Amino acid sequence: MSQLQEHLMSAESTGNEPDISPAVEAVSSRPVFSLKNLEVHYGAFRAVGDVSLDIREKEITAFIGPSGCGKSTVLRCLNRMNDVIPSARVGGEVLYHGVNLYGEGISPTEVRRRIGMVFQKPNPFPKSIYDNVAFGPRVNGVKSKAKLDDIVEKALRGAALWDEVNTRLKASGLGLSGGQQQRLCIARAIAVEPEVILMDEPCSALDPIATARVEDLMLEMKSRYTIVIVTHNMQQAARVSDRTAFFTTEVNPESDRRTGRLVEFDATQKMFSMPSDERTEAYVTGRFG
Amino acid sequence: MSTMMSDQSTAQVLEDLRPKRSWRQARSNIMVMLMGLAALVIVVPLVFVIGSVISRGAGVVFRDFPSFFTKKIPIKSEDIGPGMGPAIVGTMLITGFATLVAVPLGILGAVYLHEYGGTTKLSKLIRFLATVMTGVPSIVMGLFIYVIFTLRFGLSGVGGALALACLMLPVVIRATEEMLRLVPGNLREASYALGTSKSRTILTVVLPSALPGIVSGCLLAVARAAGETAPLLFTIGAARAVQGNIFKGANTALPAQIFENAKSLFPGAQERGWGAALTLVGIAFLFTLTARIVSSAYQKRR
Repeated sequence: MSQLQEHLMSAESTGNEPDISPAVEAVSSRPVFSLKNLEVHYGAFRAVGDVSLDIREKEITAFIGPSGCGKSTVLRCLNRMNDVIPSARVGGEVLYHGVNLYGEGISPTEVRRRIGMVFQKPNPFPKSIYDNVAFGPRVNGVKSKAKLDDIVEKALRGAALWDEVNTRLKASGLGLSGGQQQRLCIARAIAVEPEVILMDEPCSALDPIATARVEDLMLEMKSRYTIVIVTHNMQQAARVSDRTAFFTTEVNPESDRRTGRLVEFDATQKMFSMPSDERTEAYVTGRFG
Repeated sequence: MSTMMSDQSTAQVLEDLRPKRSWRQARSNIMVMLMGLAALVIVVPLVFVIGSVISRGAGVVFRDFPSFFTKKIPIKSEDIGPGMGPAIVGTMLITGFATLVAVPLGILGAVYLHEYGGTTKLSKLIRFLATVMTGVPSIVMGLFIYVIFTLRFGLSGVGGALALACLMLPVVIRATEEMLRLVPGNLREASYALGTSKSRTILTVVLPSALPGIVSGCLLAVARAAGETAPLLFTIGAARAVQGNIFKGANTALPAQIFENAKSLFPGAQERGWGAALTLVGIAFLFTLTARIVSSAYQKRR
């Protein structure tokens, strides 16, 4: 058990008021990810350092913090999306059910099949709605039309999009509204039945109504998936997440470069009501960042 | 707003917002006119070329309407009358074979350069050589094939096709690489995030997205190659009957026939030259049109 976990539990048990937040029962769920002293370099530049935290099963974990604090970088370590950037180097450990994702003999392709991702800007393929959702299953070798139909319907229902698009599955995914496109991307991600879904500011390109729908969807999906979300929107983190990690930037006095750091990680309710670190308090109350 | 302002200031604002007759405005107008003039100058030679080809060629082609396209070239140059059949067949076969060689090679090469090679020394070298190749005069390509191919195997359509393929190759590589560069990175990311391998991503996401651009780039290269004369001069010979086998025996093509007939003193041959020119312009136009239609059809489908 990591120090942070112990800290987390002691913090909860010594809390002044009896806490009945969902986070308490969630303590019993096992960690899906354990980050140990994670650090990421882009070339010679250290983007994030010393991140250690646990992400628990079937919870929503939110990463918040000002721009450039490395929260997206940390998120992209969870399914090895940083591999796509040639200059990125990852140090420390990302344990997924105890297995280091950056260990020897781990295929990033297999990692990403289990750990899906939804991006900031909705990015459906320039294909039909059906083909967008069926893309992942097809890559995994599903050929039967009946089976694909079934998967597509289930995924679109799972993403609360089925009722809006079931009459025009053959229409282009790019013809949908921004909010629908983002839900299509969520459907596409869940069609391969991942265990974890990473969301990198999934609502930042959406209006408040579309945002509310995606948030409702996340809460619904929580019973089946572990979700990690990066968000700039603190209210969003407060509304949907069980636990929140607050990151900030530290300026290195020698090189004047900024490095992201994890400041505090705790139950969301506590993070927003009585954070232990004054930087967290300053951020969540809007005095900084 | 206006109720808060006095009439005086409203009038003043109105005056301020009116266009000014300033030197800056005049200079802008002059520049716009110069640019319009430049556009006009660009179009003038095009109009004259096409105009003269049509006015001199249309009569020849339509006097013997379909037979100009089907009949053999008269054995005696002084004979008047159709046709250009062998040259049309030759152009189709030779350009077609050149396309079969250059397009797959060029696309595969470009995929390597952009997706795998990146900034390695090898790919930088290949890219540099492709650029140099773009600048090689077409007659040099013809000479090159003449030396390495025609001297050994004799005149044939394949020789001409290889020379044309050498000309098309750098164009196809460049067009394809440019199109691959335009595929948004977030589409690749979306595919990777679904656990798709790199090769599969290229096949199922990157190439389909870039396809309309690649197709129109290749068609323009084909149209360009179909009109080349110099690479054919030493490589295909000058047959007057249809030569369906491009691997064996002298062949002919429209540009080569235009070149031959334009040199001739006989009015009949000169007429056939104009007819061939119109036919060639028509073929090039069809290719360009197809390229346009293909890319706009894909654009609409998105």
